[in-house]
Amino acid sequence: MSAADGPAMVEALSLGVGYQGETVVADISFRLDPGQVLALVGSNGSGKSTLLKTVAGLLPPTAGNVRVFGAAPLSSPSRVAYLGQFHPTSFMLPLRVLDVVRMARFARHGLFGRLTAEDERAVREAMAVMDVQGLADAPLNTLSGGQRQRVFMAQAFARDADLILLDEPAANLDTTSRDTYRGRLRTLADAGRSVIVATHDIDEASECHFTMLLAHRVVACGPSAEVLARPALLATFGMVGKYQEGGIVIVEREHGHDHGHDHFGD
Amino acid sequence: MADWFVTPFAANAFMLDALLAGILVSIACGIVGTYVVLRGLAFIGDALAHGVLPGVAVAMLLGLPGMVGAAAGAAGMIFGIGWITRRSNLSSDTAIGLLFVAMLALGVAIVSRSHSFSGDLVRILFGEILGIRASELAIQLAATLVIAALAWICHRPFLLLCFSPEQARVSGFAPRRYHSIMLGMIALTIVVSFRTVGTLLVFGMLLAPAAAAALFSRKVATMILSASALGIGSVYAGLLASYHFDLAAGAAITLAASGLFFVLLAARQLLPRADRRQEGRP
Repeated sequence: MSAADGPAMVEALSLGVGYQGETVVADISFRLDPGQVLALVGSNGSGKSTLLKTVAGLLPPTAGNVRVFGAAPLSSPSRVAYLGQFHPTSFMLPLRVLDVVRMARFARHGLFGRLTAEDERAVREAMAVMDVQGLADAPLNTLSGGQRQRVFMAQAFARDADLILLDEPAANLDTTSRDTYRGRLRTLADAGRSVIVATHDIDEASECHFTMLLAHRVVACGPSAEVLARPALLATFGMVGKYQEGGIVIVEREHGHDHGHDHFGD
Repeated sequence: MADWFVTPFAANAFMLDALLAGILVSIACGIVGTYVVLRGLAFIGDALAHGVLPGVAVAMLLGLPGMVGAAAGAAGMIFGIGWITRRSNLSSDTAIGLLFVAMLALGVAIVSRSHSFSGDLVRILFGEILGIRASELAIQLAATLVIAALAWICHRPFLLLCFSPEQARVSGFAPRRYHSIMLGMIALTIVVSFRTVGTLLVFGMLLAPAAAAALFSRKVATMILSASALGIGSVYAGLLASYHFDLAAGAAITLAASGLFFVLLAARQLLPRADRRQEGRP
C-alpha cells in the first residue's frame, strides 16, 4: 500500500482469483508492507475468501501474479498463518486444545524437528491472548462454537508468522473476545507483522490501515478512511450501514436499489 | 482354568503362529484403522479389501503367490478411483462404489472358473489364520514394521490432514502426497493381511478396534495404541473361541472385535461422562 523500496509482504499485480479457471475477481493490484493491516470488505460471494486463499497458496491465480515475501505463495510456510472460514474438522478427532494450538508450530519443524521451549512459549502466549489457556486439556469436540473459534485463532497466532491471513475470524465471537482480537491485531502491526482480514464489519475495517472493497471487482482500495466513505460503500453494498452489536444498521440506500435481502447477514 | 486359556497356544504350534500373525495384523490395523476412521476412509478401505479379489483369483489360476495378485488388485483399484474422479464429475464415493462392485464381480467370475470355486472364495474372503507359514509370518512382520515406520515419520502431516487439509497445505505438507501415502498403507495392510484374516475380515479389523478406541481416546497416539491393543485382545479371544467351540477362526476374531466395539459403546452410554461440554464459558 505504499511505494516503499523494502521487501513487500505481499505484492499482487493484475491478479485474477477464482476457482478452476473461472475468475471471481480480476485485476487486483496491491502491495502490503510490514506492519500494515488490510481489510477485505464485501458481501458474501464477493471474492474475499478467494483472494485470501490465493495469497495463502491454496488456490492458483487465474491471471496475473502474487508474491509473498518476494516469492511464490507457500514458499515459506512457517512465516504465513492462515485461518479459513470453515473448519471441516471431524467431530470425533481426538485432540486436546493444547494439541490443536501446537500444530501451528509444525510448519517450522517439518517432519522430524522437535518442538522447543520457544515453541511452547509461543503456544502458551497465543492461548493466553485468546483466553483459552484454561481449556488446554479439554477435548476439542467438547467446546462450544465460540470457544472453538478462539482455539483456531490461537492456533493462527501461535504460528508467530510475519503474515497472517484471517477469514472472518470475529464472526463467531462475543464482544469481549472481539475486542481482544482487535487489540491483538494492533499489537501484531506494531511489531511489524502484516495482516489481511476478510470481514463484514465496517467498524473493524475502519481500524485497519487499508481497506479493499470487493464486489466481484475491486471497487476501491486504499486508506480505510477514504475507502469507507459513502460512494465506495454504496457501490459495494448498494447501501451504507453502521455496525452495531448484532448487525448493520442501514442509514442510507443507493437510489433506486431496492433491497429485499440483507447483504451483511451470513 | 489356565489350561483353557493358555494350553491351546502352548500345545499347538499352529495356534501360536496364528496368534503371532494376528498380533501383527492387529498392530497394522490399529495404526491404519485409526486414520481410516478419523478421515472417513472406510468406504475406500472396504473397496480396497474387495478390489484385491480379482488380483488374488488371477494369481491363483496362474499359480503365482496370492499376495502379488492382491497388490496388483489394490494398485488397480487406487488408480481406477483416481482416474474416474479426475475424468468425470462424479464424487469419489460413486467412483469407489462402481469399481467396488465391478472388481468383486470380476473376482467371483474368475474364481468360478476354478474347480474348487467355493473353497477358494472362502479362503480369500475369510483367510486361513490357522494355516500360516513361517514365510508369511515374516512378510506380515515386515509390512507391520513398514506401516509403523510410515506412521511415525508422517505423524505430523497425518494429524494435520485429519484436522484440515488446508492447514496441512499451508503448513508445508502437500495433502495429496500424504493422502496417497495413507492409501498405500491401507492397501499394504489389506494385501498382506488377506492370508491371515481374509479380505473381508481384514476390513473388520481395520474398523472395529479403531472405532472402539475412538469412543474414549483423547489423543491420536492413544487411539492407535488402544486400537492395536483391542485388536490383539480380539485375536486372542477369537482364536480361543475358535479352538474350544470349533468356529471359523477369522470370523470368530472379527466377531470379537465388533463385539468389543458394541460393549464399549454401551459402557460409554451408561457411564457418566467426565468431559462433557465445558460449562460456564461462552
